[in-house]
Amino acid sequence: MIKLKNVSKEYPKRGHALRDVSFHVKKGEFAFLTGHSGSGKSTTLRLIHMADRPTSGEVRVSGFSSEQVTERDIWKVRRRVGFVFQDFRLLPGRTALENVAFVLEVTGTPPRVIQAKAQRLLAQVGLSPKSGAYPNELSGGEQQRVAIARALANDPYVLLADEPTGNLDDRATRGVMDLFWDINAKGMAVLMATHDLEVVRRHSTARVFELDQGALVYDSARVEGNGDAP
Amino acid sequence: MNYAIREALAAFRRAPVLTGLSSAMVGLALFVVGLFALATYNLRLALEAIEERVEVVVYLRDDARQSEIDLLLEELTAVDEVRLVSYVSKRDALERARTELPEFGELFLDADMNPLPQSLEVELRPGERSTEVVEHIAAIATGYPFVEDAQYGREWVDRLFALRRIGLVSTAVLGGAFAMVAALIIGAALRIAIFARRDEIYVMRLVGAKNGFIRRPFLLEGAIAGLAGALLAWAMTYGTYRGVYAYLFEVAWVPGAWVLMGLLAGSAFGMLSSALAIRRHLREV
Repeated sequence: MIKLKNVSKEYPKRGHALRDVSFHVKKGEFAFLTGHSGSGKSTTLRLIHMADRPTSGEVRVSGFSSEQVTERDIWKVRRRVGFVFQDFRLLPGRTALENVAFVLEVTGTPPRVIQAKAQRLLAQVGLSPKSGAYPNELSGGEQQRVAIARALANDPYVLLADEPTGNLDDRATRGVMDLFWDINAKGMAVLMATHDLEVVRRHSTARVFELDQGALVYDSARVEGNGDAP
Repeated sequence: MNYAIREALAAFRRAPVLTGLSSAMVGLALFVVGLFALATYNLRLALEAIEERVEVVVYLRDDARQSEIDLLLEELTAVDEVRLVSYVSKRDALERARTELPEFGELFLDADMNPLPQSLEVELRPGERSTEVVEHIAAIATGYPFVEDAQYGREWVDRLFALRRIGLVSTAVLGGAFAMVAALIIGAALRIAIFARRDEIYVMRLVGAKNGFIRRPFLLEGAIAGLAGALLAWAMTYGTYRGVYAYLFEVAWVPGAWVLMGLLAGSAFGMLSSALAIRRHLREV
């Protein structure tokens, strides 16, 4: 599903963001990517999403290799990977329903199914009653749910989340985490970057990767000896 | 394509001030180009009218025989650059002088005392009225013993062609500079319009929309804004032309092909500027 093999990333000004990182997230797995700010979590997600390429090593996502996929074909990777951000990144001039429908439209979904599918996705995240609301009329938790519905629009194989609970209160955080587990229960892999260890502790069945200064320093599957060594 | 047209039009509806401003900026930039075209065109017409008058007049001695004159007329007519050679007899010259110069009327009263020489007037083809050509023709004519003189106003022709060269160079340089300034302004205006929608582009890239799909509505929007600006520029230039014609002096309106070219250039500039501006945003995610 997602495989990083000896991946390093170096930026001209910041220096090394990742050093020789290798791990494998399997189909249907739920994993946390933890570490302090600047440990390389977001860089890892960007590499998986192919918004950036590794300086050395290889990233494989659902059959696509960072060494081979061209700029022209990146859209193919993106449609297999859903992405959720800390700051939601919804389009302010569009309603919740329109934000989801927009994704369906721009990725070539037939017009006759767009409305029904967008409604179904909003229902899946529990936001049907607010489908006509604009982002500024929604709470942080509700906005993140719209963002999750949007990320699911392409029926991706994996959902990447970069600090998705970072801007949410405890109750909203719990709601979003429950939603992630529901999605995962349907067979979709989830890789969530967070620096909040409390969230990680509450979900002890998930796999945990920890990064420190760009290096992978902990993999719960390795420690327990029940997962694939990277 | 349906989506591209809908989104391009929606952009004008969602942010009418911004898109209106970019069209106005395109319009003002092209208005300067339009005014320049109007001035250049009229200058060209004026120069052409002056050039029309470039001719060689070959004055003949009174004792020149008709057969000799015919020979010269034939040789001059055979020159490629010559359009027409007309013979003006002494009598014709006197008639012309009487009508054209009435103040000397008394001097030309007596036909027996006609002081005017017979002549050959050599008209040249358009585009062939250069110093070299008139000198060549004068040289042929003065080679005949019965030719008194061949006049073409050497200094005047030299100056005319120097002026024409200056006109050509300044048209190319100034026109190029104005077009470049217009392109920069159009580029800046559309960049602002695209920058306002960078979030949309970001989301599209994020969820896997193809680049061509993302680009299309923006290209169309650029073309529409460019065309709207070009139409505005045309209206302003035409208004200026009417004003000058009515209150200042007689000028000619530019040919229809120039107007069409301006409208197409506006659209093309708009589309190209959008393409360049969007390229940067497509690299962001």
